[in-house]
Amino acid sequence: MAKVDFAIGIGGEAGQGIATPGDILARIFARRGLNLNAYNAYQSLTRGGHTFLTIRASDGPVRNMGDKLDILIPLNQDTMDRHLRLLGAGACVLFDSDKIKPGTPAEGVQLCPLPIKQLTAGNKLAANTVAIAATLQMLGVEFKALEDALARIFKRKGDAVVAENVGFARTGYDYATSNFKAFPFKAPNLGKGNAVLTGNMAIALGGIAAGVKFYAAYPMSPSTGVLMYMASHARQLGIMVRQVEDEIGVMNMVIGAAHAGCRAMCATSGGGFALMTEAVGMAGMLETPVVCVDVQRAGPATGVPTKTEQGDLWQMLGAGQGDFPRLIVAPTSALDAFKTIPELFNLCDQYQCPGLVLSDLLISEGTTSIDPKDLNFKPKIERGEVIWPNGNGNGNGNGANPFGGATDNSYLRYKNTESGISPRAVPGVPGHIHVAASDEHDEDGTLISDEFTNPTKRRIMVEKRARKMETVLSQIAPPNLVGPETAEVTLVGWGSTEGVIREAVEKLAAEEGIVANQIAVRWIVPFHADEISHMLTRSKRIIIVENNQSGQFARYLRSETGIAAHGHIRKYDGEPFMPHHIVNAVKDQLSGKTELSVPEHEIFV
Amino acid sequence: MSTVVDPSPGTVAAAPASAELNKDSFKNKVHPDWCPGCGDFSVLAALQTALFELGLKPHQVVVISGIGCSSNLPGFINTYGMHTLHGRSLAVATGVKLANHELKIIATGGDGDGFGIGGNHFMHTMRRNVDLTYIVMDNQIYGLTTGQTSPTSRKGMKTKSTPHGNVENPINPIPLAIVGGATYVARGFSGKQKHLVELLKGAIQHKGFSFVDVFSPCVTYNKDNTYQFFNPKVKALEDLGHDPSDLHKAMDRGYQWGEEIPIGVFWKRTDLPSLEESEPVLDEGGPLAFRQLGISDEQAKALIAELL
Repeated sequence: MAKVDFAIGIGGEAGQGIATPGDILARIFARRGLNLNAYNAYQSLTRGGHTFLTIRASDGPVRNMGDKLDILIPLNQDTMDRHLRLLGAGACVLFDSDKIKPGTPAEGVQLCPLPIKQLTAGNKLAANTVAIAATLQMLGVEFKALEDALARIFKRKGDAVVAENVGFARTGYDYATSNFKAFPFKAPNLGKGNAVLTGNMAIALGGIAAGVKFYAAYPMSPSTGVLMYMASHARQLGIMVRQVEDEIGVMNMVIGAAHAGCRAMCATSGGGFALMTEAVGMAGMLETPVVCVDVQRAGPATGVPTKTEQGDLWQMLGAGQGDFPRLIVAPTSALDAFKTIPELFNLCDQYQCPGLVLSDLLISEGTTSIDPKDLNFKPKIERGEVIWPNGNGNGNGNGANPFGGATDNSYLRYKNTESGISPRAVPGVPGHIHVAASDEHDEDGTLISDEFTNPTKRRIMVEKRARKMETVLSQIAPPNLVGPETAEVTLVGWGSTEGVIREAVEKLAAEEGIVANQIAVRWIVPFHADEISHMLTRSKRIIIVENNQSGQFARYLRSETGIAAHGHIRKYDGEPFMPHHIVNAVKDQLSGKTELSVPEHEIFV
Repeated sequence: MSTVVDPSPGTVAAAPASAELNKDSFKNKVHPDWCPGCGDFSVLAALQTALFELGLKPHQVVVISGIGCSSNLPGFINTYGMHTLHGRSLAVATGVKLANHELKIIATGGDGDGFGIGGNHFMHTMRRNVDLTYIVMDNQIYGLTTGQTSPTSRKGMKTKSTPHGNVENPINPIPLAIVGGATYVARGFSGKQKHLVELLKGAIQHKGFSFVDVFSPCVTYNKDNTYQFFNPKVKALEDLGHDPSDLHKAMDRGYQWGEEIPIGVFWKRTDLPSLEESEPVLDEGGPLAFRQLGISDEQAKALIAELL
């Protein structure tokens, strides 16, 4: 059990500098070995509006933003007015008493007014530094940790700026010591450092570990972080990064690079993915291994660009006209995304098909701590049956005729093999010339769509491609049933909801005496229908938890297993689930109140 | 499943010394399915001759097309080929070129493919000056869909989708390409194959984005822009004393239309680096496609250190 588990909320207008104190706090906690999760609720603005960052830290696992706030730092009156009501006994609010008036807090909430003008000698930029210094003092963090963090952040601006900020921090720290009551718990130092990163960084790093040499994108929230990370590390790592004119161009360019032999990847959000879908089908037809990440945001159309949703499942399933094999995976966390990308590349390379990743704003723009030991940059690499120009695997071409392939049938790019997988020569290999065609084609690549239309050949090629997928399921791990088999209720989720459902299961047991278990699904295609059916047929009550309105996963589960859930918990207001949303909904459903719960999001941003 | 080891940094393999190139080296076993008399036959023959005369090996060349009659060309030539989606040849071609910059890349297609559905990629591939050759077989009509108006159909032209005459203005590809940033801009005519061979050789040898718009008559659906229409009108720019390094004269010649229609090289500049030359990632180490995957322990350490 965690001994310490606290959350800090910092709110204000966009442009008021919420990111920097958030980053300072997150890094200080992670450097002490604490686990953390930070979620920034924001709007599509560069100035104004309301932004609210929640940082939760604990010595135990932190899988989501949690249910409660212990410390509120409102940078404007609006934040105070919106969020003070969320604080319960034991919590505190630190605010600039010169410009913000507190409302009436609940009993036991400590008001910590900071006379900012006096403490900063009128320096407006220093207010945030004073507030986090006071916060750290109340959490029992030694001043040195903050001093180091400020030195790191302001290093580029010179010693004078560092010294000035350290001075303001000292003032805030000392003011808290003499005026505020410290928390009964301390943020411990566990003596090991954790890495801090966003989900988008984890996705980029996963691509880097997988050996991505070509990354293309069109900027689109909330996927742009992947592009920015890739772009800023491209030259040091030897990766070609391109910002392309549109997502149509992105996917086609990625296919070109992959066809030539690169591991190539792109990321976008649902709207961009919609533009890519014709080309996704082309990757299926050309049998080109590419990886595309869809960071889902609330849709449809432009939707809510800065809010989260799991609304693109059926778009992924139906992307591209016609039938073709594809792989779809929904990582459950940033760390899982990091590990999943190399795994997916290996499968795409072996099965010569597109691989699609369903992330969402919650994972991608969320910040988490990861033990650096878990960041393995030497994952297993499996390129499948590729024929390279240096002679590797040069088994089935025509050595006597280096210009052969297209002029004879010595090499068949789309050979109708037993496995359905045909050895893939990259351009530049003598004796293996062929055309990769988006039209239906014969084994040698010749078009059979126009004058050679032939139902027998067409059927052979459709079946060849489909047959590739027969063995892929055996290469990936099925989901586990977490919790007691005899539970009263089984909560089923997919992708990013794993963490919040896990905490809800723990809370149901600890606080409500309700025994629940959990299935978190990662792989959508292929789908472990048998294994999941086996687990679910023993469940007393199945409730599906998902971040969309229509129950996209519920429909998919039914289509693949014939199993209809007993109940549903759905949220589509743009904000992620909090554990208590699920706990309360499960209670309602067990008491027979409803079979469809739509939790209300109490934090208004 | 057999595993092929990751190749060590390499280059596009040179052909064995015994392999002799001859005029038929670029011929494919598949015969074109174009209508008899189609201008595209001449473009295919000119491209095959140009590649042969430049001494290129078939496996070192990738011909990449979109969709349309003319986009069937990769299937009729003995080089590596990609037959991509409608309008997308240039995006795919850019990806192939950046992944393996030692390959010679030729993108081919029609006017609908390149200036209609693919117009956005056309603009951006030009400004990037990607080192590839783009040949548009411009027949001023949609042929594969049996005769609808295209972006280069002249105003007033009657087609199946404009039965009362086209009321829209056409695109003029030559000034568009000059302004768009192409660094080699030429126009050829299927009826002047020898001239076209020279234009294509110049384009393929040019370092940067080379664009060759070819009047390639559709004998089935375009009764306006026929061989008989073009034959008396086309005049070689070299015979007109044109200087392709003069931007303003190039624009003037590009807009010329009437009794005299210029063909030849309108515009050429060699002072701009291509995209591959501008991208330091390609400076050393050979084609990206053949580089060792993954990163070194030191690089991994540095990435993790940034996160702590």
